[in-house]
Amino acid sequence: MTTLPPPTPRRLGLVIDLDTCVGCQGCVTNCKEWNTGGHMGPLTDLDPYGPKVDGVWFNRVHSFEINPGAEGDPETARTVHFPRSCLHCAQPDCVTVCPTGASYKRAEDGIVLIDQERCIGCKLCSWACPYGAREYDPDAGTMKKCTLCVDRIYNETLPEAERQPACVLTCPSRARHFGDLGDPDSAVSRLVAERGGQALLAELGYGPVNVYLPPRRKGPPPDGPRELTPAGPADDPLAWLDRPVPR
Amino acid sequence: MHPAFSVIFFTTASGAGYGLLALMGLLGAAQALPADRWLGLLGLGLALGLIGGGLMSSSAHLGRPERARFAFSQWRSSWLSREAVAAVATFVPAGLFALGWVGLGRTDGAMAAFGVLSAAGAGLTVAATAMIYASLKPIPHWHNVFTLPGYLLFGLMTGALWLSALAHPFNAAGWAVRLLPVVLVAAAWGLKAACWRHLDSRPERLTANRALGLPEGRVRVIDWPHSQANYVLKEMGYQVARQHARTLRLATHALAFALPLALSLLVLAGAAGGGAALLAALAGTLGMGLERWLFFAEARHAATLYYGAERV
Ligand code: SF4
Ligand code: SF4
Ligand code: SF4
Repeated sequence: MTTLPPPTPRRLGLVIDLDTCVGCQGCVTNCKEWNTGGHMGPLTDLDPYGPKVDGVWFNRVHSFEINPGAEGDPETARTVHFPRSCLHCAQPDCVTVCPTGASYKRAEDGIVLIDQERCIGCKLCSWACPYGAREYDPDAGTMKKCTLCVDRIYNETLPEAERQPACVLTCPSRARHFGDLGDPDSAVSRLVAERGGQALLAELGYGPVNVYLPPRRKGPPPDGPRELTPAGPADDPLAWLDRPVPR
Repeated sequence: MHPAFSVIFFTTASGAGYGLLALMGLLGAAQALPADRWLGLLGLGLALGLIGGGLMSSSAHLGRPERARFAFSQWRSSWLSREAVAAVATFVPAGLFALGWVGLGRTDGAMAAFGVLSAAGAGLTVAATAMIYASLKPIPHWHNVFTLPGYLLFGLMTGALWLSALAHPFNAAGWAVRLLPVVLVAAAWGLKAACWRHLDSRPERLTANRALGLPEGRVRVIDWPHSQANYVLKEMGYQVARQHARTLRLATHALAFALPLALSLLVLAGAAGGGAALLAALAGTLGMGLERWLFFAEARHAATLYYGAERV
């Protein structure tokens, strides 16, 4: 059914920290690794070793620079890596436009999924997603997208600590957090409140559940630029070794 | 948005087909057209042929056409599903109306009712097609007040041009048949001009900062997540050069509107006949194809904000 369930009390989703994401593509890779054998797999690759490599991914990391160049503000100029996956929106038009009932939003936790046995590959849902989160699999003839690792987070064959999305578990800089954003006391909700989390393109009214934490303002060091001092105590018996090394 | 040939052909052909069906249904029911069997065969044959061809071309772009029957199930929420239901339902009165006109040579009584029902079905189907596009919030080029009246008016316009062209050989081009193209082309031209003016001067846009959740700072792309075009870029990243778009808009003004309007005026005044009406229909249809190509090619999707578009 592509009519939406009443607002779900549980709103499972991700909080992504744009301050700490280093753009390593680890989450991209582990997402592909887990999900190609998962609920909505395979994540087909076409011409994987040829010149026109193309494939389905549920998670993509873009890189941007903010205020670059000479006219930029040195306090805010920086690089931002931006991971992009389905935001499991509260009011997702990708679901309501689907003519077949293949796209649906779960009433119990708000996860948005696609029934691969029902999708006719009309692609309309991908047009209705402002975030470009849905990718068509030309080999299967169906639409695919992030499942919020629905086959991990409830998976009782996994140790409890691993019942988290693959991208969250793998992130080396802990830039991804998973939890219930419908619960104001959850760790993710507190993080959002603390860091001024942003809803993407909120003016479109999709009510994205995933939230992005903007980069912290860097500001100059509190007591101005400092001279670098050589490491180690000055009376180090081997200090003469450092002297010929240019700094 | 990528201007896929199948979708452009579908919306242009079925628009003209439904326009022709609606006008023949209404004018036939009002006895403003003679119940000539050959006129019925040619006119309704063309209308249903255009509709059927368009529908076939649109199902050709499905990934799993063998499951198409599922598409009739979600009419409660989906305009695409409503379009499918309306399209199939319209074939019932349209088929009976055609049977009455061509088989019995009658368009009165019960047949008139089928004519009116065909027109209603045609209107609902085209409106549903328009709403598929008009309801897509990530594409401001389509999500505005011009899309719905545009599809309805452009369908009626091309339908009226074809009706006039077909009626001439049967001496059935009365004043209504000759006046309709003039009125509809003029109205459609005004609407398209207003629509383009609106699109060029929209003050509110979706911005890259809003798409990235970065409240401040000028944003510039330094790296894409993939080295080759992916699905999102292929489907939604299409961008037509501004100069090219301007030339094509001029060609649309000329082919879709100016030429058919001039020819239809000559036909209305009695200064030209069937040949001019046929030329007007051909030009109008070709021009509508161009209009539809631009409708897709000029439309920018919010997802392009992640790929370097500053605003859409
Ligand atoms: S991010 Fe896109 S695909 Fe995911 S729920 Fe929202 S609209 Fe749908
Ligand atoms: S591509 Fe599949 S999931 Fe998307 S709208 Fe069409 S049928 Fe529904
Ligand atoms: S939640 Fe799972 S499916 Fe979604 S991006 Fe992360 S790893 Fe991929």
